[in-house]
Parts: sequence; structure tokens; C-alpha cells
Amino acid sequence: MKVLGAIIVLLFGSLLIYCTLDFPSWGDPASPASTHVSPYYIENTLEDTAVPNIVTAVLADYRGYDTMFETVVIFSAGIACFFLLRSFKRIEPDTRLYRHVPTGITFRIEKGGRYPRESVDFERIDLQWVPHDLIIKTTCRMIIPFIQIFALYVIAHGHHSPGGGFQGGVILGASVIIFAVSHNLRSSTNRISEKNVVLLSTTGVLLYAATGGLCLLLGSNFLDYSALSQIFGVDSVTARSFGILLVEIGVGMAVMAVMISLYYNLASAGKQDEGL
Amino acid sequence: MMWLIQLIILIIVVVTALAAITVKDLLGAAILFGAYSFMMCLLWAIMGAVDVAFTEASVGAGISTVLFVAAVFRTSRRTKD
Repeated sequence: MKVLGAIIVLLFGSLLIYCTLDFPSWGDPASPASTHVSPYYIENTLEDTAVPNIVTAVLADYRGYDTMFETVVIFSAGIACFFLLRSFKRIEPDTRLYRHVPTGITFRIEKGGRYPRESVDFERIDLQWVPHDLIIKTTCRMIIPFIQIFALYVIAHGHHSPGGGFQGGVILGASVIIFAVSHNLRSSTNRISEKNVVLLSTTGVLLYAATGGLCLLLGSNFLDYSALSQIFGVDSVTARSFGILLVEIGVGMAVMAVMISLYYNLASAGKQDEGL
Repeated sequence: MMWLIQLIILIIVVVTALAAITVKDLLGAAILFGAYSFMMCLLWAIMGAVDVAFTEASVGAGISTVLFVAAVFRTSRRTKD
């Protein structure tokens, strides 16, 4: 079986490499991709949308419909992972560990004992508990705000520099995941709960679709942002730039929430209580 | 000079890709996959596709490595085959 698999892989791999001989050479100005539609984008993007970064304009404006369904794909990936992994059967262990925060004393309550109420003083900790490393914890605490500000910059500055909703959303999600790794999953879900994560992901996708629907209501085509000039009170070129920002924010929210949801479900094997 | 850097990066890409599928330790495979993504990111950046490079760096080298590590943490670390 292994030999058969290797033969098939080699056969199709060599077929693919043989097919690349037909490709136009890299950066060839006479290739079909750069003769029909690319010159239009390069020449007209700045006049059409007032966005210097052509990639962002193509992604969110000229090909906005594709990007909307790309966001839907990421959203459905998150939902699929949720339904595959999430287990709703809560089996609470009889033995629990708590920490008295002011003194730092950890104590263990066996079956039959009275559990303290969750409060500022008593913090419940994982059964397979590893003490928080002071260096890792402090470093993460210090860099997380900068990561988040950088992510917001990437989303908002996608018009002028590389970046946009996808990258910014992933970095925002990574900041929350870093928090969950450096502390524990429970303290992370206390801050951003599972419910909020799912709400954020749906809101992101709906924000994208709603921007398109708003254009439709204002008497233009779906995702034709120039119609938004009636709302923002600017000319239609600037309105397209604003519309791109709106959908980028939607993409960022959806991607961030899906990344966090994937991590929560993977790290805790769907139980969302104790994890990495 | 540029072609030399590209050649070195391409060789590292091939080596990390082969190592990621042959290594028995799944945690090592996840880290090798992250290294592979990072080298691909450098290649995109050299070719001038900066947006793609940014996405590859954040998604490929960043998040997917973390998700792989989380999945390995919940299963067994060594492959059966």
C-alpha cells in the first residue's frame, strides 16, 4: 500500500511539474493574467477608491463578493470545529483545586466537601495544574497590549500598507491565545466567554453582508460602496474607501473570534474548562 | 546575491517539508511546519507579494502552529505508523 501511494504521488507530482512548463515565466508582462485585468487595477485603483494599496482595493472592493464568501468559509470552519469537538456533557470532577489569591495558598477539596464560592479571593485552578511561570506571565502581560494595538493598526491601516482584516484579525486572536497559554484557559474564558466569541464571529460576517445590503437599499449594486456616500456625506470615491474599512472590520471580527473559538475547543478537547 | 538567498530558502523549504512528514514526534512536526511556513513567507516577500507574506506569517507560522500544538497536547505525541 505504501509503495502504491508513493508511485501515485510521484506520478502526479511529476505531472504537475511537467504542467508548470506551460506557465508563463514569473513576472512576464505578456502573460494573460497581466494583460487584461491587472492594468485596469494598476491604473484606476487610486482614482476609483482613493486606496493606495491595490491589493486591499481588489480584495475588498473589486472582488468584494469573493472576500465575503471567504469570510463565510472561515466562519463555517469555526462552526464545523465547534460541532465536531464541543461536548456539552459537563462532568464536574469531585476533587477540585482552589487558590486563595491574597495568600497564594492552594487547597484541595475532596468529594463531600463544601466548595468555596467563586470570588475575587478564591480562584478555581486546573487539576493538572502547573504553577504560573512568573517570567512568562509578566512578559505576556506586557506584550499583549502592544500586540493588540498592532493588530488594530493592521486592520485600520490596510488601505496604505500590507495588511487588512484577515491578518489583523489573526493577530488579535493570537493575543488572546497567548493570554490563554501564559495563564490558563479558565482565566481566558472568564474574560472572553464562548458565547461572546460565537456572537463576535457571526456579527463580523453579518457586518460584511450588511454593508453590501445597505448599498443595495441605497439603490446601488450589492457591495458597491459608492452608494454609501449618501450616509457618510462624502464623495463617492471616499465612500468606497470607507466601505472597504467597514468590511475589513467585519472580516477582522469574524477571523479573530473563529481563531479564539478554534483554540478554545482544541485545547480543552471541547470541554472548555481546562486546557493548555 | 538575491538568487543565492532564494536558493537557500528554497532548499530549507524542501528540507523542512520532508522532515515534517517523516519525523515521528508530532510536536516536532508542528514546529517544522511552522518553520516551513516562515520560509514560504520569506519567499513571498522576496517575490514582492507582501500581503500574501503577511498572511502566511500570521496564519501559517503563527496561529496554525499553536493550533497544532494544542491538538498534539490533547492526543498522543508520537505517531503510531
